[in-house]
Amino acid sequence: MKKLTFLLLLLLSCTAVFAQDASVQMDDALKSNGKIYVVVTVMAIIFTGIAIYLFTIDRRLKKIEKEK
Amino acid sequence: MKFIYQTWWKVVAVLLVFSTIFTGLLFPVPTLPILHETIRNLYFHVPMWMGMLTVFVVSVYFSIKYLRHGNEEDDLAAVECVNVGLLFFSLGLLTGMLWAKYTWGQFWSGDPKQDSAAIAFLLYCAYLILRNSIDEEQKRAKISAIYNIFAFPIMIVLIFVLPRMTDSLHPGSGGNPAFGKYDLDNGMKIAFYPAMLGWSFIALWIATIRYRIRLIENKKNAIN
Repeated sequence: MKKLTFLLLLLLSCTAVFAQDASVQMDDALKSNGKIYVVVTVMAIIFTGIAIYLFTIDRRLKKIEKEK
Repeated sequence: MKFIYQTWWKVVAVLLVFSTIFTGLLFPVPTLPILHETIRNLYFHVPMWMGMLTVFVVSVYFSIKYLRHGNEEDDLAAVECVNVGLLFFSLGLLTGMLWAKYTWGQFWSGDPKQDSAAIAFLLYCAYLILRNSIDEEQKRAKISAIYNIFAFPIMIVLIFVLPRMTDSLHPGSGGNPAFGKYDLDNGMKIAFYPAMLGWSFIALWIATIRYRIRLIENKKNAIN
């Protein structure tokens, strides 16, 4: 489970890197519409992170509850 | 209580809120004076209050259940619901203050909606203080359950009824139409309803996590 979350986090960090990389180009979707897509991506990353975090807490709790 | 251990509704909640990040920020919104793009806050500020309301309702349910059956677990569920409700209450107040700064001019303008929300916040803080001031468990559970049942309707009146009867800057008050009447067109509902539902379930989810931790702590501290 820990490996899986780590992998997901790595993947997520990649998307952020890609976003920066892609912004060098001029005809980039992330740059259009007053760069609102950048905000959308940032919020999506934050919320995904929090959701994954909540799911891992949930899973850890389940483990502890089973031990009891 | 099997419901709280299931995963499907947590996934649904996450997907609902996740979708609103895209629909809420990218879909067209009505162009209104003063508000401009901040109308999109509707998808993020209002669901905080919906989440708070959901866990407070659940809390009252468990308080009533405690008074009927005297199960300690129901009392613990009620407290943890109030704890999470206060978190969402604070988030709602803070986001509201920021929104007010750029539409009403000040973070805190003494608006009836803001003032009565602050009073309701203190009302629920008093609940936690009352709880922590009683050492004997059954007494604490009973008194705080009764307080909780009375605090809930007072909170409803303070936040959702009284400000609407006077002049308030907040939508839905004193002849000031709520968003629902003219502005919340069908396009906005696509993001608004999923946000309301999604955040309600996320509030509930956090409450169930806290409740489960509390159960384990309670078991550990029990004298056998």
